[in-house]
Amino acid sequence: MAIVQRSDTTGRPAWRLPRLAGDRLPLLLVPALVLLALPLIGAFPAWITLTLAGLAMGMMIFIMASGLTLVFGLMDVLNFGHGAFISIGAFLATLVLLPLAAWMQADNIWMNLAAIALAIVVAMAGTGALGLVFERVIVRPVYGQHLKQILVTMGGLIIAEQMIHVLWGPQQIALPLPTGIRGAIVVGEVALERYRLFAVGVGLVVLIGMLLVLNRTRLGLLIRAGVENSEMVQALGYDIRRLFVLVFVAGSALAGLGGVMWGLYREVLVAGMGMEVMVLVFIVIIIGGLGSVWGCFIGALMVALLANYTGFLMPKVALGSNILLMVLILLWRPQGLYGGAKR
Amino acid sequence: MLRALFSGDYPRSRVLMVLLVLVFVALLLAPFLFPGTRPLNVAAKICIFIVLVASYDLLLGYAGIVSFAHTMFYGIGGYGIGLALYGLGPSWGAIGVGFVLALALTAVLSALIGLFSLRVRAIFFAMITLAVASAFLILASQLSGFTGGEDGRSFRAPTVLQPGFRLFDGEIFGVAISGRIITYYLVFFAALALFLFLLRVVNSPFGRVLQAIRENDFRAEALGYRTVVYRTLANVLAALVATMAGALMAIWLRYTGPDTMLSFSIMIDILLMVVIGGMGTLYGAVIGVVILVLAQNYLQALMGGVSKALVGVPLLPDLLHPDRWVLWLGVLFVLSVYFFPTGIVGRLRQRR
Repeated sequence: MAIVQRSDTTGRPAWRLPRLAGDRLPLLLVPALVLLALPLIGAFPAWITLTLAGLAMGMMIFIMASGLTLVFGLMDVLNFGHGAFISIGAFLATLVLLPLAAWMQADNIWMNLAAIALAIVVAMAGTGALGLVFERVIVRPVYGQHLKQILVTMGGLIIAEQMIHVLWGPQQIALPLPTGIRGAIVVGEVALERYRLFAVGVGLVVLIGMLLVLNRTRLGLLIRAGVENSEMVQALGYDIRRLFVLVFVAGSALAGLGGVMWGLYREVLVAGMGMEVMVLVFIVIIIGGLGSVWGCFIGALMVALLANYTGFLMPKVALGSNILLMVLILLWRPQGLYGGAKR
Repeated sequence: MLRALFSGDYPRSRVLMVLLVLVFVALLLAPFLFPGTRPLNVAAKICIFIVLVASYDLLLGYAGIVSFAHTMFYGIGGYGIGLALYGLGPSWGAIGVGFVLALALTAVLSALIGLFSLRVRAIFFAMITLAVASAFLILASQLSGFTGGEDGRSFRAPTVLQPGFRLFDGEIFGVAISGRIITYYLVFFAALALFLFLLRVVNSPFGRVLQAIRENDFRAEALGYRTVVYRTLANVLAALVATMAGALMAIWLRYTGPDTMLSFSIMIDILLMVVIGGMGTLYGAVIGVVILVLAQNYLQALMGGVSKALVGVPLLPDLLHPDRWVLWLGVLFVLSVYFFPTGIVGRLRQRR
């Protein structure tokens, strides 16, 4: 209840801080990791490039993971089918981007961005609508039963992946980046890839938008209260089910957005791409603490940065670095960075 | 005698009994009833998967926890045997070494994962096993100098198990007793023994405690059972049996590689088999495996025919394309979880 009280009683912009003042420690992890990497890598340009790559990847993972963690926090529902929305989002984007190839190839960055924006709108609308159906048909009958939830949402994932094969064919689809955000900007010795900057920008917009909604609106207040104690919110006369459907749809739409971004990053789409990245998403939400947006953000940046740094320093260790990070964090805080609130 | 073999847990349904006897006889006499390489391969795959799926049922159906690392342990068994035979040459000693090392690795790994993730929340277990298993898969395909990478390793079995070996010159019912058939019977009897062992486990006091924890872990804990210990033990036991199944598969295939041993699609197959066959009834593993393996090998042909007949109709040919058989099993899977969570076996038992 701490958040609720502060954002209502004091005029301070509470969204800057996750919870109690003493709990700011995890926020320091990301800058600490970034600074620690500098002497290890040695070369400044390489460090900048890797950091940017890590931030971009982290932002994309955050976009995909944030919806999942909120859905879990609010209703104790763990959606293993979340990966399907990522894949479907990316494939929906091809419906816009492939016919609009002329816009994508144009030398005008605004046309490029317009095409991507349109693709994002289509993907988010599509996955959002699908999320509504998924919630009704797949998730609703198994509220409160974890075992069945995992099984049924896995089943939903299998069906969704197969439907992608049916609708888009079994072969992989190439999704080239538009000319405007291809390549890199070179400043001195430092090369900054344009698409990564773009991804960081989109991620920041999503983060800020989400924090504003969660902390400055009545809806956000209800969602946060629901994460803290859903029975109490219900007892106060709010329809927690409707709130949950809304969050589920929003989370699915965000997964769709993440899928578009991830698809453009990979430049090749396969039906299983969502499930591949889901492994990272799960690690991120475990690290962050199930139900916490801030924890999810920090977790996503940590996982992605660490993957990029270790990939450069010790490629063999990079494979296990995420697992190692998860183990260390869980040894420190068994519920994840900000996982104390939920049961 | 029969009671001791089945641990007092009979099929409890006449139809099921008939089906099980049919499967048993078919598998027992497979080399003589269905001569040829392909049917024998299908039969061996059924034997091995029955063990693998039954051990998964111990986790999912009896202990009530979802693991995505079952293929990892299966793969450890496969790679243990495979790499030992590849590195040390075709001998029984190599099989022994690989087997023991694989079991040791599995025991340590499964105990660590169990203690680490089951301590906090059971739902962590599903996510953590998924993460660990995918890291293991990447590791196995990346360390190509050791594991053979994506290509895997082909190796030779000890002389007795080689296809060219003949036990004696004559034939039995027109079938020469080759090393292949000896291998099949090794697989068959090992699988049978492991299945009966699992039946023994789930009907032991230990198995009863697992079921109590599945039904209500809070109450079980209040009664004085340490749920973490029991669940971890169940995890270790299931993982060890999965490792043995993987070892059998490697001996049968004389090959080990990431696609046949570790891939995520095997995990999905296992899930489908357990749920469609019937969770919490080991016999469900038998039914689920037989249905899925037969579907894999024969349903596809049927779907191909129907799909061709429907060319011209929009979408339908694609929906019925032979490669889409998983789609229909996925639908069946979701429907099973909702409407008959005890699967086919549970259904059969209800109507007696």
